Amino acid sequence: MSGKRTLFEKIWDAHLVAEPGGRSPIVYIDLHLVHEVTSPQAFDGLRASGRKVRQPLRTIATVDHNIPTEPRGTVITDLVAAKQIAALQANCREFGVRLFDMDSPDQGIVHVIGPELGLTQPGMTIVCGDSHTSTHGAFGALAFGIGTSEVEHVLATQCLAQQKPKTMKIDVRGRFAEGVTAKDLALGIIGQIGTDGATGHVIEYAGEAVRALSMEGRMTLCNMSIEAGARAGLVAPDEVTFAYVKGRRFAPRDSEWERSLESWRGLPTDHGANFDRIVEMDAAQLCPFVTWGTNPGMVAPVTGRVPEPGSLSESDRRATELALQYMDLQPGKRIEEIDVDRVFIGSCTNSRIEDLRAAARVARGHHVSGKVRAMVVPGSQTVKRAAEREGLHQIFLDAGFEWRESGCSMCLGMNPDILQPGERCASTSNRNFEGRQGRGGRTHLVSPMMAAAAAIAGHFTDIRNWKFQ
Amino acid sequence: MKPFREHRGLVVPLDRVNVDTDQIIPKQFLKRIERTGFGQFLFYDWRFSADGKKNADFVLDEPRYEHASILVAGKNFGCGSSREHAVWALADFGFRAVISSSFADIFANNSVKNGFLAVRLEEDETEELMRRARELNEYEVTINLERCEVRDDLGFCAKFPMDEFVRHCLIHGLDDIGLTLQHEAEIAAYEARHPVPSALQPVQT
Repeated sequence: MSGKRTLFEKIWDAHLVAEPGGRSPIVYIDLHLVHEVTSPQAFDGLRASGRKVRQPLRTIATVDHNIPTEPRGTVITDLVAAKQIAALQANCREFGVRLFDMDSPDQGIVHVIGPELGLTQPGMTIVCGDSHTSTHGAFGALAFGIGTSEVEHVLATQCLAQQKPKTMKIDVRGRFAEGVTAKDLALGIIGQIGTDGATGHVIEYAGEAVRALSMEGRMTLCNMSIEAGARAGLVAPDEVTFAYVKGRRFAPRDSEWERSLESWRGLPTDHGANFDRIVEMDAAQLCPFVTWGTNPGMVAPVTGRVPEPGSLSESDRRATELALQYMDLQPGKRIEEIDVDRVFIGSCTNSRIEDLRAAARVARGHHVSGKVRAMVVPGSQTVKRAAEREGLHQIFLDAGFEWRESGCSMCLGMNPDILQPGERCASTSNRNFEGRQGRGGRTHLVSPMMAAAAAIAGHFTDIRNWKFQ
Repeated sequence: MKPFREHRGLVVPLDRVNVDTDQIIPKQFLKRIERTGFGQFLFYDWRFSADGKKNADFVLDEPRYEHASILVAGKNFGCGSSREHAVWALADFGFRAVISSSFADIFANNSVKNGFLAVRLEEDETEELMRRARELNEYEVTINLERCEVRDDLGFCAKFPMDEFVRHCLIHGLDDIGLTLQHEAEIAAYEARHPVPSALQPVQT
């Protein structure tokens, strides 16, 4: 071995607690994020076996998945959802876990508030019972989603027994053209390598185009890693990262900050370190993308067309036919001719302040099409307040968008925000699976600018030709 | 955890690739706070129409597959959301194993924790099993975890890969929290070297 290590290997090595012979290595977890949907059975498991939460201070909870985005204080009419929220509140009280509850000024989508509060830091291991935990990799933290049994495991031991994943580098050269965003890069990558293209791997995103992204753009990119099947996504920390973290509530201070900074600077992949796989991309070749099918790899340029299944291999053909049938789309239809009924701007992928600024810039001076219902759901209360300070909410309201409270909302439709059967939605979220946003609903994934433009035009339209006002 | 050594059962073919966990167990059923009772909601949107009537065309509900306990499906099974409810629903419905040419990582991890087998065969092997399950009546296979092998009575026999430790836990039905806690001394030593950062300490009042 050369002794040269990747960012992933450095984090992995630093968190190895034990490597028992013939068993999976035991890895320490620095931060465990918890939400209402995937945790109740884990807390029940602790109670049943008489165990405690080993490190309550390293465990942070919020409610996001099934809460309404109506004004706070509205009674939750879904009694099963209310019971699940109450269970999290009771569990946090019983086990001494810090909870950012519905009425907290810091409540929000778990993957939005972690970074926002400075909880997410370079070099950490972070887990959550949610697949989009990969978001936190934007800081050069090894962050991945786990199931409820593993949630219980981390609560009880602050560790996980994990097989070491493989490494993949995605090297994105060049610069984005105007109108092309981190979301389009993510969709472009998944379109190229497929929804299982990175299974078993931790991706490190590198190259000029990735370095040029803001922290929020990096979060969008890492967020979608799971949609390529990856265990996690990473971006090496740099000055952009440090500037973002500095001064946030849970960030290190004073001498701790200096010590942290010194260790973070040693994290980036050593020159000449090996990856199991390398994928190269050219940012200049990317364009605004729109998904046409029922997984995030079924993607076309906004200037393109719905594919012809006849031109594909046997197994792709069948999957494409099923997808087009569900999506009610004709092969060869131009993407820009697809009309939408609903627009959703939100989710852990695209609900941060820069996303809202980008969408508001498109919406300013325009009005949502008369046949479209469009909603903007900020990722957190903090994002919401920031947007309101800047007057973004007024731009959206004037343009006919709904301005709502923070939560996961229509990304997965566990709360009342869902599509009706047959409705077609331009969505800034991360999954276009059948029924994801509501049974029979048809989801097209796009960037925030593309979603805002679709709301106004009533159909998909190339943001590169937009008349900004 | 229920030990898994060997299982023989009827095979049902689900001829779809990229079966995601939103399909396996739609989100409206994730609000339950129990670990049980999810089987009735398995593949809900495919098995039932919007008004709750059973869709007789869906393969799981064909009478010939009624007692199936092994599902064979296309590649990238269990992709998407981390919801362990997907495994709970499959197991509660009566399945002991899924056979596919690939699985999403989190789904595969969740399976192990529930004594449920995610068996990875080559693509041509899963296609052959799918064909046999479609064309033959009462088509059964035996999955043997000690030999890491799937075989039928007609000469089909294929080996599958499985991490040695995972296999050991499955065969003996071991609780892996207990196993990790055997390393209490190492965990405590790690924690002594890496104390909780002061920023996470409760604010003193």
